[in-house]
This record gives sequence, C-alpha cells and structure tokens, in this order.
Amino acid sequence: MSRLEVVKTGKLWIGGDWPRSESGATFVVENGKGETVARCALASRKDAREAVEAARAGLPAWRDATATLRGQVLYRAAEMLESRADEFTASLCDGGEGLAAARREVERSVDRLVMLAGWCDKIHQIIGCQNAVAGPYHNFTIPQACGVVVTFCPASPALLGMITLVGAAMATGNAVVAVVPRAAAMTGVLLGEVLAVSDVPKGAVNCLTGDIEPLLEPLGGHREVAVMVSSGLGKAARTTLRLAASDGIRRVHTIPWTGTDWEDDGETCSPWFLEQFVEFKTLWHPSGV
Amino acid sequence: MTSAESRTVEALTGSDWDYSPAPERTRPDIASEYGLFIDGEFKEPQSGKTFATTNPATGERLARISEAGEADVDAAMAAARAAGPKWARLKGRERGKYLFRLARRIQECARELAVLETMDGGKPIKESRDVDLPLAAQHFFYHGGWADKLQWAFAGRNVRPRGVCGQIIPWNFPLLMAAWKLAPALACGNTVVLKPAETTSLSALHLARLLQEIDLPPGVVNIVTGAGDTGRLVASHQAVRKVAFTGSTEVGRLIMQELAPREIPLTLELGGKSANIVFADAAIDQAVEGVVGGIWFNQGHVCCAGSRLLVEESILEPFVAALRDRMAQLRVGDPLDKNTDVGAINSREQLDRIRSLVAAGQEEGAILHDAQTDSLPEKGHWFPPCFFTGVQPSHIVAREEIFGPVLAVMTFRTPEEAIRRANTTPYGLAAGVWTDKGSKIFEIARRMEAGVVWCNTYNQFDAGSPFGGVKESGFGREGGLHGLRGYVR
Repeated sequence: MSRLEVVKTGKLWIGGDWPRSESGATFVVENGKGETVARCALASRKDAREAVEAARAGLPAWRDATATLRGQVLYRAAEMLESRADEFTASLCDGGEGLAAARREVERSVDRLVMLAGWCDKIHQIIGCQNAVAGPYHNFTIPQACGVVVTFCPASPALLGMITLVGAAMATGNAVVAVVPRAAAMTGVLLGEVLAVSDVPKGAVNCLTGDIEPLLEPLGGHREVAVMVSSGLGKAARTTLRLAASDGIRRVHTIPWTGTDWEDDGETCSPWFLEQFVEFKTLWHPSGV
Repeated sequence: MTSAESRTVEALTGSDWDYSPAPERTRPDIASEYGLFIDGEFKEPQSGKTFATTNPATGERLARISEAGEADVDAAMAAARAAGPKWARLKGRERGKYLFRLARRIQECARELAVLETMDGGKPIKESRDVDLPLAAQHFFYHGGWADKLQWAFAGRNVRPRGVCGQIIPWNFPLLMAAWKLAPALACGNTVVLKPAETTSLSALHLARLLQEIDLPPGVVNIVTGAGDTGRLVASHQAVRKVAFTGSTEVGRLIMQELAPREIPLTLELGGKSANIVFADAAIDQAVEGVVGGIWFNQGHVCCAGSRLLVEESILEPFVAALRDRMAQLRVGDPLDKNTDVGAINSREQLDRIRSLVAAGQEEGAILHDAQTDSLPEKGHWFPPCFFTGVQPSHIVAREEIFGPVLAVMTFRTPEEAIRRANTTPYGLAAGVWTDKGSKIFEIARRMEAGVVWCNTYNQFDAGSPFGGVKESGFGREGGLHGLRGYVR
C-alpha cells in the first residue's frame, strides 16, 4: 500500500522563530525532474525589515560573546551539519547536483565551517596592529564587527556559498540576514535548522528565502544594515542595491566567485576576505607618567 | 571657580596682556595665474575658464586658477592612464625613492608652503606650520617606505595597483589631504588625477611644482582644479579604477549614486558630529584643553571635530566655567600672526552656513556663549569661537555638522547614557573619552560607533595611524597599513 509522503514547507527564520511569510505567499521548490520537493515561504519586504530588526536585537549577544565561545558555536554548527550530511546531500541533489558532487560540497562545507570557527579568536591578530606614531601615544587598530550584515547567497554552490558568507560574517562577530534565492531555498532552510540547534543566539542569524529583487531596496536602504555582501546578483540588481545603500552610505561588497572558485580555501578563508566583514577602529591614548 | 577667582584669571590672561603682533613675513612665490598640471606640465585649460582664489582673511585676490572642463579631465585621465604601466612596473624601492624625495622637498619648502596654505585657506600659521606641513611630509616619507614592502603588507597575496585613481579633496587641510590621497596611491603603483577644492587650490599646485623638481615621471600625478563640476567629471570618468573622496556626506552620497552601476572601489571620508565624552573622574584641566583643541582647532573646519561635548552632569558647572575662561583666551584674527589661535572662516559660503546654524541654535532655545568679538578684522570672513549650553539632543546644533567653531554642550548621568547619546547620530567618524579609569576607557572606546577614538586626547593624527569613519561618515581608511588596502587589487 502506497504511503502519502509528508512534504515539508520551508519557513523563514527570523529572530529565532520560524514564521511563514507575513504575506502568506509560498513558492514551489522542484527537483530536476519537475517534481515538487517542497514549498518554501516567499519572503516579503516586511519580512526583510523584520529580519533586520531581529538581527539588530540579536547582535549584542553574538558580537559581545567571547571570541572563543563564538568559535565553539561555529564548531558546534559544523558538528550538526556533519550529522545531517545525507539530508543536505539530498537537498543539493534536488537542486540538480550529481550525488558525488553534492557529497563533496557537503564535506567541503563542514570543513569550511571548521576553518571559520578557528578564525574567531585569531583574525584580530592577523588584521589588527599597533601603530608607531610620532609622539608619546599608544596607538592601535582593531577590527570590530560591522553590525548587521546582509548576505545575498548564491544559487550555486548553494550550501558552500551560504556557509562561506554566513560563516565569515559570524566569525567576525556580526549578526546576519541571509537572503537565499529560490533555487537554493531548501538548503538555506536546512542550514537555518542546523544553526538553530547550535547555540547561536536568537536573531544572530536570520534567513529569508524567495525572490531577491523585491528585497534589494528595503534591505539596502535600511539604516540598521551596516554592510551588504552580494554573490550571484546580476548587474541591474547590484546597481539597485548600491543605489539603495547610498542613502545611508553603506558598503556593498561584490563577491566575484563562481563555480569552483568557492572551493579554494586559500581565497575563501583568507583574512582578506574576512576583512570585508569588519570595521577598523583606531584608538589613541597618551603614554606618560 | 568662584567669580573672584574668575576675575583673577581674567586679570592674568585677559586682553590687558595681549601679545604684540608677530606676523610671519615670509611670502611664497605666488603666480598670477595657474594652469592645470597635466602630464608633468602646467597647461592652459581647454575650457578657457578660470576663477579667482582669494585670501579669506583679507578678501585679497591671490591668483587666477584654471577650471578644468571635460576635455581637460579627459587629457589628465589619458596622461594618468598612459603613465600607469611604467609606473606600476617600476621597482617598489624606486617608486618609494620618489616619495622620499618629495617628502624632503616639502620639508625644505615647509615655511613657504605653510604661509601659502594660511593665505589661501585662512588657517592660523601656527597650525599650518606645526600640523599640516610636518604631517604632509611625514605622509610621503611613511608611504615611501611601504612601496618596496607590499608583499609583507599583503601576506599571501600578489597585489597589483588598481590603475588610475580619481581623488577629490576638501578645503580644510588642502596640502595634507593631497598627501593623504597621493602617498598611498603612488606607493602602491597607481597613477592619479587629483582635484583640490576650489577655494584652496594653491598648495596642491605648488606641490605640482615640487613634483616637477623631483622628476616624477609625467602623468603619474595630474592635478585638475575646479569646483563640483570638475569633481564630478573626475569621479565618474570611465578611466578611473578607484575613487577616493573627502568631503561632505551629501556629495559622498552623490558619488555613490553616480558609481552605482560600476564596480569601482571607493574610499569616502565624509562628515561627522563627533562626541567628546568627559567623565567626572577625568583630569579636568587636560580635558578642557582637549575639548578646546577638539572643536576650535582649524576654526572647527575639521570633519572629526569634537562638536558635541557630553559632560557628566555633576561637573557641568565648573567645566563650562573653565571652558568659557579658556575660550576667552583664544586669539582670533590675522592667520599669519604666529600668536593667532583661530583664523579666518574659509569662505563666505561657509560663514553663512555657520551663521544660519548658530541662529537656528538660538531659535531653538539653546544658550549661546561666545568669545569677545570687538577686535575682529574688518575685512575677511570671521566667526568667533562659541559654545551652546542648554542643548537638547534634538536641536539642530546637536545633530548637524556645522564645520565651524561651534560646540554643543550636553550632559549625561551614567556611562550607558553617555554611550547611547554619543552613538545617536547617523555619523561615526571619531569620538573622545576622558576619564582616569582604564577599564572605563576600554569599554567606552569599544562601544563607540566611530572609526577613531581618542582617549584622554583629541585630534591627533599620524601617517601611520589609520583614519576613517563608519556609518554616514564613510568607509575605507587612510594612513597606516590599513590605508594601503584601497589602492591594491
């Protein structure tokens, strides 16, 4: 006797909760054969604003946690990811990836997260410095989290791309709003579920799925957003985003990587990449008795 | 301070004890007309247009400056592009030696350049002599030393120059801003088209003369003078691969919009409304000096000016009294007098802006305290140092960048309130913290939303110290190791 399959609806992840879209809209995620795999919530402009507010609220708990603790949380996330490897592999296969390639991507993603976990308490030492100034002052430059970072994640590689962007933002102490395009939506939802059980504070990471274009302006123009990192956006979308960001003089970084570029640990885990997620602060203090 | 003590201070330091004039007599060799510096030579503008530059302290016309139009900017860009490959291929050590040479020539011409800066911009000679010139020279010296060490500045990367850099600088520190822009760009192997501010072009044009003297290859640096239209041509030119701008947030936003369709890396150093926080446990006399230097240095024409003073409520009265006494001692007047503390306002336009914002402050009910004004010169643009008390955070003088010698004084009761008030601004350039408690300093400094935090000091600058803001004060850093990042790919 055939059994009716229970099809999962992927939901948004905002402030630690799993709401359906405020608009109630969903979209169908299909596999390569045109079969319905799942439905996902279609994030609206209002969802986007709420995700930013939630990230702002979640920021202090994550940013002000010790770097060691943040590293342990990211490592915990790697453990959870590894334990659900089959699920992620299936999700990537649904997105059209071959089984072997999907497995490799999941393994790489776990390893990427481990590498990023290790950066949390070391990146300051690599990119911060003491400055020898011509006077009796102690002067040093430290990296600090930017605040709320929006990551526009690529459709492919769905998992490795999102892990790299979200993980780098987290490793440097930021709160994140991850925007995941339709094609990668289910992987995004699964990654949210992994992070949700890895001691990530509520709101420190939020995930929106669906169409990117309507979200560019509300996210780009939101004053609580410090930095936007875009991957996989077309030229018109990047222009829209930068125009929106100009209102609050916000930075937009374009990640040029495609395909196998994402596999290169030397590039994707380099301090020069992570640096895009920090602000440098320079402190002066007189020295003398 | 009691009123009797206050009178004693007045008797000891007041106008009865005025210094004799000590005018700086050196005069730089100012030409009657200046061309555009393109491809190593001064050239007549193809636009056919010129404009006058005047001394804001006297109204006297100093020279006529060329206004670069589209064809001129095109020519400058073409020269910069043509010079690019050879300059980029030059060994770092050799590139660096040009910068060292330039630093030396600036030091040798420091007196003339300082006087020129003061005549064209209105800042006190004391400041151009002791701050602008030494720092400009240091900037080239510092970056000269980076040119052959880039492989260690960017470990694990094989960095290359970006190409032609379009750089636009403001009128408050004309030569120093030129140094901030040029030095890292050249050290990293880029070529440059620089546009000075229209009211203060002279020091950049004299710098161009020094570039000729040191035999810098033609086209490596091109200087196009003009106003906003020229700036727009530079920032939006198809040849630029990097744009660096220091100026207002408003113009910074326009540049971002202009460049939105392109992948052009930007460095923006924009406006500020920086908070100077004084706790009751601070060394008060030092804090007063820091607040004075923080707001009245360079007539308050400083993007990182400490224009919002947050004083712990318990010490408001004595602090304001000390500030008033100290303000009364500032000598406002002839910028070429070596005793002058506060010079001329840079332009009529800026003076009007300061006046209207101060009037708005009074209309909103804040109390104005200003320095005596009877001895101000008749000609030129002047605005005496002043501060407001009774300021609410919602007041215009507490929110808007005035870019003049105007301080808004407010109070706080707890460190949390101080932090919240300091960060309640769209800007995020600098902040000052005054307390004798080390742990408090680190916590406040950590939580300031600002790119530079001065702890028990203010308005310190150094070639090796990265400078730049967050939020609407811009992004990117200038100076130090971090300042190199904008100029490589």
